[in-house]
Amino acid sequence: MRISLGAVSRPLESLNDKTGTWAVMVPRIDRERCIGCGECYMFCPDCCIEMVQEDRKRYAVVDYDYCKGCGICSEVCPANAIEMVEKVIE
Amino acid sequence: MFFGKGHSACYGCPLPIAVRNVLEALDGRCFVVNPTGCLEVTSSQYGRSAWGVPYIHSTFENAPSVASGISYALEVLGRENEGYVVVFAGDGATADIGVGYLSSMLHRNDNVLYICLDNEAYQNTGNQQSSQTFLGASTTTTPAGRVIPGKTLRRKDMIAFALAHGTPYVATSSIAFPRDLRRKAKRAVEFVGSKYIHVHCPCPTGWHFDPSKTVEVARLAYETALFPIVEFEYGRLVRVKKIKRRKPVEEYLKVQGRFRHLFKHPEGGRIISELQRIANENAMRFGLD
Repeated sequence: MRISLGAVSRPLESLNDKTGTWAVMVPRIDRERCIGCGECYMFCPDCCIEMVQEDRKRYAVVDYDYCKGCGICSEVCPANAIEMVEKVIE
Repeated sequence: MFFGKGHSACYGCPLPIAVRNVLEALDGRCFVVNPTGCLEVTSSQYGRSAWGVPYIHSTFENAPSVASGISYALEVLGRENEGYVVVFAGDGATADIGVGYLSSMLHRNDNVLYICLDNEAYQNTGNQQSSQTFLGASTTTTPAGRVIPGKTLRRKDMIAFALAHGTPYVATSSIAFPRDLRRKAKRAVEFVGSKYIHVHCPCPTGWHFDPSKTVEVARLAYETALFPIVEFEYGRLVRVKKIKRRKPVEEYLKVQGRFRHLFKHPEGGRIISELQRIANENAMRFGLD
């Protein structure tokens, strides 16, 4: 790695670290039950949940490249739409 | 994106929850100053910075002074409108190591929003007690055993500390209530002068509970009144988050490994009743019930 002048970090370089490799359990979101409240989006410590708008329906989508699988989203979900399942590694 | 994916905080870490909610509330118009601590080591390694906003890491104690410097520089250059100066500090940097610097910043009433992310010990170096650790908590420097039943000293009252300096805006919040935190961050930046927000952040690694329970533990701390959620403007208590049905402190203690010994230690009963007394005192002092 080359060190820049003054060793200044560039913004958002952490995106190169795919922390999804830490995960043992990952959340699986049931789109039928998801009410699109955005609670999991607010609580996700890895900032890897995004709210997607499709036609009339709003639902959460997980970025599995970065999800560490802590399980906070499944605990806070008011609709019980998030289930933790074992991660399958291809 | 103001705080990126791919930071290396532990499973279920509460710090990113607090940070991203504050940054999103302020629309990313922030100059962030961060002393050493969990947040710094997990988000600012060289070449792996998770920050999407201007960010500076200083030494452990002098984040308030650096923040003051930035706010004066912005004033001199006529660039105050570009953003707010925000400090994200841990409880060690706030209440122990940097307390003198914080005191002089609050005394000068510099235009800085100071946010203390309180995980109640030096979790970065492996759970050593700080002055924000609760009475009776077992840490690596106050291990529970035959000699002592966990920490024997009381917790420092940082709210009273901030209020004693005549700080215009002082509030507490918790990661269990991100909407409350967002509102307080927005409200705080309306004030000119120093602003202090104390955010409760339960640490799964140091407090020994399951990472998925972070939010639940934070909520229990509020529901037992051990961590009151209050808001002061110009020294006057303007808002408190009322508790519908206050729970006994045992419910908060039994979910955490660091208090596990209290239920079998001979001194445990005395400490639990002392913690209950502190909770009752909080409830009375702020009118939480």
